[in-house]
Amino acid sequence: MYVIVVGAGKVGYYLAKELVEEQHEVLVIELDAARCASITEELGEIVMQGDGCEASTLERAGVGRCDMIIAVTGDDEDNLVVCQVARHRFQVPRTVARVCNPKNEEIFKRLGIDTTVSATSVIMAHIEQELPTHPLIPLMTLKGGGLEIVEVKVPAESFVVGKPIRDILLPHQSLISLVIDTEGHPRIPTGETVIRAGDEVVAVTMRESEAALRMALTSSKGMGLPGSP
Amino acid sequence: MKVIIMGCGRVGAEVALMLEQEGHEVTVLDSDPAAFGPLGYLSEEFRGIRMVGNGVDQDALRHAGIEQADAFVSATRGDNRNVMACQIAKHVFNVPRVVSRVFDPIREEMYRSLGLRTINPTRIQARLLKEALEKEEEEPVSAGPGAREEI
Repeated sequence: MYVIVVGAGKVGYYLAKELVEEQHEVLVIELDAARCASITEELGEIVMQGDGCEASTLERAGVGRCDMIIAVTGDDEDNLVVCQVARHRFQVPRTVARVCNPKNEEIFKRLGIDTTVSATSVIMAHIEQELPTHPLIPLMTLKGGGLEIVEVKVPAESFVVGKPIRDILLPHQSLISLVIDTEGHPRIPTGETVIRAGDEVVAVTMRESEAALRMALTSSKGMGLPGSP
Repeated sequence: MKVIIMGCGRVGAEVALMLEQEGHEVTVLDSDPAAFGPLGYLSEEFRGIRMVGNGVDQDALRHAGIEQADAFVSATRGDNRNVMACQIAKHVFNVPRVVSRVFDPIREEMYRSLGLRTINPTRIQARLLKEALEKEEEEPVSAGPGAREEI
């Protein structure tokens, strides 16, 4: 696979190194001459000096035949433009952008970038997994439709402990799709499946319903809506 | 009309003052607080809102009132910042009128084809300079009132 990496900071450097080790054809585009020289010294002739946002630079890099472009400069706006120029002017089949501001991930996707990687989001997800105050962990966002797959650990004091799923009131458009018990055994639930303290519940939900779902599965009062059992 | 202008350089400051004096509600956004200081370009006569913030950050844009804005102009020195901010304004906040300055003619052409309204100062200035040069050959440029007679 021919991969172009734009930006030779720490991320770009290690990424290029890994890709070379995996036998891919790699070209790194970097503006800074000194940085180019040090990478050439270490990794060989895989660096081209230039501005990866300029169409002429990308053309010289042979972007037309590349399978993937990965923009990992430190600036979100530069990474966006690299990927958009590659996609719209050169029809690069796959574009990957690093984003610093996690809120830009959604914007980038909306603007046609295939994949975004945010170190901030990854670290936040780890923190949220560790913290008991964040019992709902977003596992993945499904493309389009605003659906998310989330994981909720059911605390002992929860209203739903000891209840079969059919008796649990969930927010609109939420579905419990997997229950993992404290020993780590996953079960595909039916309406009869009884939720126990410490179970990890994997559910599909609308983004707007996340808070209500967390409330439903962790609060000692359930969703607290009229008609709840 | 409620207008947000991103970038308070010479051009941003000039547009801001022009629009504000025509009675529009103008907010100028710049990431550098010094842009609004004594060394900045924005006239003291400007009575609109000066706000420090990064125009490619949707929280900063929201803070500047983009959800109620009728128009958004990006005029920073960075083409990439300009097109990113304008795309956020257009596609995330649905601002009806969005115009971006883009210096690089190739990038300008591409973003225009993607539906963004763009102004390319490079091409415009080059054309104006060329036209000024061509005029000079036909008729000598006047140095001021009365100067022609002296020539």
